[in-house]
Amino acid sequence: MSKISIREAINRVLHEEMARDERVVVMGEDVANRENGGVYGITAGLADKFGELRVIDTPITESAIIGAAGGAALTGLRPVAELMFIDFLGVCLDQLMNQIAKFRYMFGGRATTPVTIRTMIGAGSGTGPQHSAILYPLLVAIPGLKVVAPSNAYDAKGLLAQAIRDDDPVIFCEHKGLYTEECEVPDEPYTIPFGLARTVCVGTDVTVVAFSRMVLLSEQAAELLAAEGISVEVIDPRTLSPLDDEAILASVQKTGRLVVVDESNPYCSMASEVSSIVADKGFDYLDAPIKKVTAPHTPVPASPVLELEYVPSVADIVAAIREVAAYE
Amino acid sequence: MNYSLDTLYEAYRLMKLIREFEERIRDEYQQGKLPGFIHMYRNQEAIAVGACMHLGNDDYIASTHRGHGHCIAKGCGIEDMLLELACKQAGLCKGKGGSMHIADMSKGMLGANAIVGGGPPIAAGAALTARTLGNGMVSMAFIGDGASDQGTVAESLNLAVVLQLPMIFMYENNHYAEFTRNPKPDGRIAERAGAYGMPAVTLDGSDFFAVYEAVGEAVQRGRDGGGPSAVEAVASRYYGHFEGDPQQYRDTAELESSRATSDPIVKFLADDRCRDLESAKIAQIDADIQSILDAGVKRALAAADPTPEQLYSDVYVSYRGEAV
Repeated sequence: MSKISIREAINRVLHEEMARDERVVVMGEDVANRENGGVYGITAGLADKFGELRVIDTPITESAIIGAAGGAALTGLRPVAELMFIDFLGVCLDQLMNQIAKFRYMFGGRATTPVTIRTMIGAGSGTGPQHSAILYPLLVAIPGLKVVAPSNAYDAKGLLAQAIRDDDPVIFCEHKGLYTEECEVPDEPYTIPFGLARTVCVGTDVTVVAFSRMVLLSEQAAELLAAEGISVEVIDPRTLSPLDDEAILASVQKTGRLVVVDESNPYCSMASEVSSIVADKGFDYLDAPIKKVTAPHTPVPASPVLELEYVPSVADIVAAIREVAAYE
Repeated sequence: MNYSLDTLYEAYRLMKLIREFEERIRDEYQQGKLPGFIHMYRNQEAIAVGACMHLGNDDYIASTHRGHGHCIAKGCGIEDMLLELACKQAGLCKGKGGSMHIADMSKGMLGANAIVGGGPPIAAGAALTARTLGNGMVSMAFIGDGASDQGTVAESLNLAVVLQLPMIFMYENNHYAEFTRNPKPDGRIAERAGAYGMPAVTLDGSDFFAVYEAVGEAVQRGRDGGGPSAVEAVASRYYGHFEGDPQQYRDTAELESSRATSDPIVKFLADDRCRDLESAKIAQIDADIQSILDAGVKRALAAADPTPEQLYSDVYVSYRGEAV
């Protein structure tokens, strides 16, 4: 075991999987850059080790990057393509939504597209409206895609290895605000199956389902509320599609109360989806209305002051949990 | 270039097969026996055949919504295709693709594409596979004059040049982007491709020999590590954008004249290089095509539809909780 950050965990998996399988290639903007290994250094060292035929710097050309990664996957490679920021979905969505996601289905199950698309999500870095969005709900809504959003280095390592070895297209969402988060991670390679939630902390009074960076904030909220005698169970689904609705329902059955915390904009968010699943399949378990904690229905502002207001805070989560816990 | 009799008979057979296949499905479509949209390829047959005769099953093509000719030229089974066009369970795509999304991975046919300009990035990816594996394979994107204006095509041209991909941009300029006359002069599309830094030629797409020779050079360049090429084949669209489009936007005299002068099969048989083809053998090829189509259509229309449960399969390779 070693204590490493999410950034290091992702870098290690890329090294391990490229060494394990020569069909794995890494492609995107600046990924082969020898000094830095991309904007946040995630792909550092890969080009030196595996060469430029397998670590491919591309022009700034998202449709071609994503489409070519899909075409390469369809024909025998296992590409890990980088969509630098998820906001850039806007300039390549067709290749993802109409091509890659649909290949298997529209070709009658006779095609496999083992492509992984790594992309950065999230506010908190002052990067403003076009570099800070969450947007994963858009992708979760598309049949044929799997969507992953780890909240710690252990999950990041296992889920990325799974993504690369998986035969379906996987969108791997890396929150910028989590890259330096550290935890103990096994040194040897391992995978984590998709669609299995992790219980972050066990509790009996309120279930909190949280995604990506919101898992950390929810954990802090749970610790604060423990002092007040409110026992909070935090569930991190880890994969957004497929979603572990059984684990969520089982927890709500136990606690009878649900708060969903999601950095997405509120409408058609993961918070909406989890609320809908529980209202649909777990209504009888509920002792209180479901409470959603999300970003507001605005773009992400550049101003650090406004951004602080935009992103759900520990205080917002604490308030929501208190409200739900107090409901009679 | 010298052409063997085998090559000439095969070129004729494929062009005629595409022609008769389409005329037959057009009839069936008009009788309401085939669902959805179909897009006819008539008078562009020399392009698919002249291009794909250089390719094997391990080479790749990304096709378009007007893709039946590309499928046949790339070797897809006629009955398999008919079953798919009829959206039957035993079709190439189990009835989930239909005419506009038909594909056959076993033949390197990466799909028709109902998104105009959707195919070239995918073809670039197949070329990237060939480059990475160093296996000498090439990838070809068919691109209409309408699609030539899409950003995806521009991005693919650029990526192919930057990465020196073994890729052929096979443009089919039939002068109409859906219902709208493309205002670009012939050759402009190839000029654009050339400006990205690849060899690009413009030729008569109703001339099998011109297509065959130009694409042959482009394919060899790709196999030899010489990077991408572009070929603009100028053709004439015989029927409308989709079947049922009466083409009221076209000048009648222009349409009639183009139909009369740009039939690639007529031109092929009239070419001096075909002087040694025997009419009895041609007649036999024609008869064989008819019996293949008769049998295929009969079986396709009688075949089983997908079962309702099949709606849910083939979305993913693995589902929730399944480890690799």
